[in-house]
Amino acid sequence: MKKSNSKSNHKLRYLLKRSLIIFSLNILLLFVLIGRLYYLQIYQGEKYALLADSNRLSRRLLAPPRGTINDRNGIELAVNTQNFQAMLISEQCRNIDKFLQDLTPILNLSSDDIERIKKDIAHHRRFVPIKIKDNLSWEEVSTLMINSNTFPGLIIDEGLIRSYPFKQYTAHPLGYVGSVSEADLQKSDAPLLQVPGFKIGKSGFEKTYDEELRGKEGILTYEVNAYGRIMREIEKKEGKKGKDLDLTIDIRLQKAAYDAFGKESGAAVVLDVHTGEILAFVSVPSFDPNLFVDGISIKNWNTLLYDEKTPMTDKAISGQYSPGSTFKIVVSLAALEAGVITTQTRSFCSGKMQLGNHLFHCWKHSGHGHLNVIEAIKNSCDIFFYETALKLGIEKIAEMSHKLGLGEIYDIGLENQKAGVIPNKKWKQETLKQPWQQGETVIAGIGQGYVLVTPLQLATMLARVVNGGYAVNPTFIKKEHPTKPKKINIKPENLAIVKQGMFEVVNGVGGTATRARLKLKGIQMGGKTGTTQVRRISLKERAKGIRRDEDLPWKYRNHAWFMAYAPHDNPKYAVAVIAEHGRSGSGVAAPIASKILEEAIKLDIR
Amino acid sequence: MTLLLNRNQELSLKERFLNLNFVFIGIIILLASIGCITLYSVAGGKLSPWALNQALRFAMGLIIMLIAALIQPEFYYKIATPFYIFTLILLIIVDAVGHIGMGAQRWINLGIFNLQPSELMKIAVVLQLAKYFSVAPIESIRSIKGIIIPVILVAVPVAFIVIQPDLGTSLMVLFCAVAMFYLAGVQWWKFGLGIGAVVAAMPVLWHFLHDYQKNRILTFLDPERDPLNTGYHIIQAKIALGSGGLWGKGFLSGTQSHLNFLPEPHTDFIFTTYSEEFGMIGGALVILLNLILISYGYWFAFRIHNSNYFGKMVILGLNTNYFLYIFINIAMVTGLLPVVGIPLPLISYGGTVILTVMTSFGIMLSFYVNRDRELKK
Repeated sequence: MKKSNSKSNHKLRYLLKRSLIIFSLNILLLFVLIGRLYYLQIYQGEKYALLADSNRLSRRLLAPPRGTINDRNGIELAVNTQNFQAMLISEQCRNIDKFLQDLTPILNLSSDDIERIKKDIAHHRRFVPIKIKDNLSWEEVSTLMINSNTFPGLIIDEGLIRSYPFKQYTAHPLGYVGSVSEADLQKSDAPLLQVPGFKIGKSGFEKTYDEELRGKEGILTYEVNAYGRIMREIEKKEGKKGKDLDLTIDIRLQKAAYDAFGKESGAAVVLDVHTGEILAFVSVPSFDPNLFVDGISIKNWNTLLYDEKTPMTDKAISGQYSPGSTFKIVVSLAALEAGVITTQTRSFCSGKMQLGNHLFHCWKHSGHGHLNVIEAIKNSCDIFFYETALKLGIEKIAEMSHKLGLGEIYDIGLENQKAGVIPNKKWKQETLKQPWQQGETVIAGIGQGYVLVTPLQLATMLARVVNGGYAVNPTFIKKEHPTKPKKINIKPENLAIVKQGMFEVVNGVGGTATRARLKLKGIQMGGKTGTTQVRRISLKERAKGIRRDEDLPWKYRNHAWFMAYAPHDNPKYAVAVIAEHGRSGSGVAAPIASKILEEAIKLDIR
Repeated sequence: MTLLLNRNQELSLKERFLNLNFVFIGIIILLASIGCITLYSVAGGKLSPWALNQALRFAMGLIIMLIAALIQPEFYYKIATPFYIFTLILLIIVDAVGHIGMGAQRWINLGIFNLQPSELMKIAVVLQLAKYFSVAPIESIRSIKGIIIPVILVAVPVAFIVIQPDLGTSLMVLFCAVAMFYLAGVQWWKFGLGIGAVVAAMPVLWHFLHDYQKNRILTFLDPERDPLNTGYHIIQAKIALGSGGLWGKGFLSGTQSHLNFLPEPHTDFIFTTYSEEFGMIGGALVILLNLILISYGYWFAFRIHNSNYFGKMVILGLNTNYFLYIFINIAMVTGLLPVVGIPLPLISYGGTVILTVMTSFGIMLSFYVNRDRELKK
C-alpha cells in the first residue's frame, strides 16, 4: 500500500512537473501568435492596407464631353447628342432566349445581332452589362420603358455621341470622329484612348484640333468584390469638357454656297477681304459625316469612294486646277507694275497669234480688234495677254503670283492642302529637267499650261487685289485680336485698273459675265471668269471644228471658274468658285458666285 | 477539516452547481459572443445565416457542458473504454459509407446534424489514455513494453482519420497523445526516437498523401507558387489581417471579408475576418482570453484531489486538445503553419466543434466540481 502510494506519488510528480513545462510552452506559443499579429498588423500593416485597397478599388476612366465646333455666330456645327443604348444584365434575366425573342420585333434585331449578344453573354461574367443595341430611337426607348416589366435585366444606358446637324454642309472642313485604331494607340499613350467606345478626330478640324476638343478624362473609383462585381461608387471625379472651337464660317452662307451648286461638282471659298476670315468653305458634293461616327458600312464607303465627283476630296484645298482666264488679273498687275504696259498700251487681236511655227488662238475666233488692259480683262482677250506675257517674261508673272498668295500653303488647320504650281524657269528645270520654252510663257499668260491653283488660293489672291493690297491670309479660327495684314508692294492705281477691269466684266457692255450681275439694288460686284481645258484640242479637231463641250462625256468637259467680289465700291467679300467640268465660267460658275455674294450681302456678316 | 470530512462524500446537485467555476464559464460565453458578433458582420450585418444559428448551437453547447459538468466524474472513468470502442467503430463506418464533404469523408448524416466521429475521437482517446496511464504503474510506463498498448490505442484511430483524409484532426489527436505520453512520464529519448522514425518515414508517407495535401504543404512553404488557389487563400488572409492594423477597420467594415476576397470567412478563416475589423487589439484579446481559459485548465488539473490521477490526466489532455485548436488555427491563418482545416473553437461557424469543446469543458468542470474528493473506482 505504502509502496504503491510512493509509486503513485512518483507518477504525480512527473505529471505536475511536466504539466508546468507544457503550460509554459503553451504560453510561449500563444505569445508567438501575438508577436505574429504584431508583425503582420503593425510592422507590415501599411503594406497590407495598400494591398487590401488595390484588391477592392478599381478605377475607370470617364470620357469627357467633346468640345463643340461652332460657326461665327455660335451655332453648333458639331455637337454631342444623347445616345441611348439597350443593355442586358444577364443574371437578372431568367430566360435569355425568350428575352431576345420578345425584344426582336421592338428593336429589329437580326440573327447576327442575337448571335453576337449570346456570345457576349457567354464570354462575360453574368453581372456585366452586355450591349444589345446602340443609337436607339425615341420610339424604341419609350416602347422599352413602357414594357420594362416584361424585360427583367434590361437597362437603358445614356451616353453621348458626336453628331453633325448640318451633315454634308460641314463635312468639309469639319471632318468627323471615329473609333480609336491600333495605329492611333501606337502614336499616343493618352489614357483616354483606352476608354471603350472613345472616339477621336479622324479628319478635318476634328483631327487637327483633336487634343483641344478632347478634354480631360474623369475618374470613377469604385469598390469591387473578389469576382469583379461593382459594389459601390467611392469617388467620381468629373472630367473636363473639351475646348469649344469657334470657326469663322457662317453656316447660313455655308449652306447657301453649297446649295448654289445644285447638281454641279466643285468648290467655293468666301473670304472677308479685310481679315482673311473664311466665311464659307464648301466642296460639292460632300458626304454625311454622321455615317462615319459609328463606323461606316462597306456599301456606303464604296459609294463615296467610287463616285466620279469625289465627295471625299476637299476640292477647295486639294483640288488643283488651271486658273484659266482668272490668272489674267495676276498677269495684268505684273505687267502694270513692271511698266511693260499702261492703260494706254493697246494690242490688236485678230483671233490668232503666230510665235515661231506655232499658232496661238483667241477664244473669239473673229478677234477683238484693238483693246487696252481694262478692255482685255472685260473681254478676256487671249491675244492681249499672250503678248503681255511675252513682254513680261515668266519670272515676273511668278513673282506677282506669289505676292498675291498663289502657290502658297496656308495655316488653316486642314490636311491635304495642295500648293498648286506657279511655274518659272528654275521650277521647270528642277521638276521636269527641261529648259523653259517661250510658248510656255505665252499660255501661262492666260492661266493654262503648268499653272495650277486651288480655290482657296484664288479667293485669297482676289481678296488681296480688292482690299487695297493687303496680304491677308485665310483663316478659319476666330481670333480676338487679329494681326493686321502687311501691305503688298503694289501701286494702288494699278490695283484700281484691274479692279476696273473686273467691274467691266460684270457691268460693262459686252462683259463676259454680265448675266451674273447681282439682283440687289445699288450693290455691284466685280469678277473674272475662267474656263480651262481639261483635254488638249488637237489641230485636226480644230480644223474639223471643235466639238461642243456639252457633247463630251462629263469628265472631259472644261472646268468653269468664276471669282468675284462685292460690293464693288467698298469690297468686303471675295469668292472663288470652281465648277468641275462646268463647261463655262460665265454660264455656270458666275451664277453660283453671284448667288453666294447676294446671300453674303443680305446676311451682312460681321 | 471540511476537506477531510467531505473527502469521499458525493455532493448534491446544488452543491455541484455552486462548485462550478463561473469565471471560466464567463470567458467561454465571452469568446462565443465574439464569434457571433463576427458572424453577424460576415453576413453583412445580418443575424442570418450564421450568427443566430451559431448562438442557438452555443446555447445547446452550454446545456451539454452543464450536464457534462454535473455528471459524477466516475461516469467518465467507466465509459472510457466503451466510448473509445464505440467511436472507433463509428470512425470505421464513416470511412466505409461516409458523407462526402469538402473532398473528404468525415461525417455521418444523422438528419439534423452531421456526426463527425473524428471529433469524438479527440475526447475518446484522451479518456482512454488517461484511464490506461492511471492504472499502469510507473515502471510499466517507462518501459518499452508498457507503451506498446497506448501507442496502438492512438495509432489505430489516427490511421483511420488520416485515410479519411483529415490531416489536421489526425495531427491534433497525435499531438494530444504525445503530450499525454509525456505527462505520464515517458522518457524524452523515446519521443526523439519517435520523431526520428516519423522523419525517416516521411518520404514514404509523402507517397501516401493526397495531391491536395501535398499541394497544401508545398504551398505553405511557398505561397507564391500557386497564387490563384491555395496560395491565394493564405495571401488574402494575410492581407485581411495585416490591413486591420492596430485598431482594425471597424465593426462591419472589413473589406476583405465583405468583398469575398477571403476564403471561408465564417469558418476556418474567421480569425482574419475578426482581426481585420478589430485589429491587433481585438486579435490579441482573443488570444489572451484563450490563454486565461487554458490557464484555468491547468489550474483545474492542479487543484483537483491528488488521488484523482485519471481526472488530472483527462483535464490536461482535453486542455491540450483545446490549446492545439487555438494554436493551429491562428498559426494557420497567419501563415505560420500550412492550411490544414482546423476551425477556431467557440468562434468559427460549425456545430461539431462546439459539441466537442463544450463537452470537453463539461468533463473538465465535472472533475473540478468534485475537486475535493477521491474518485471511486
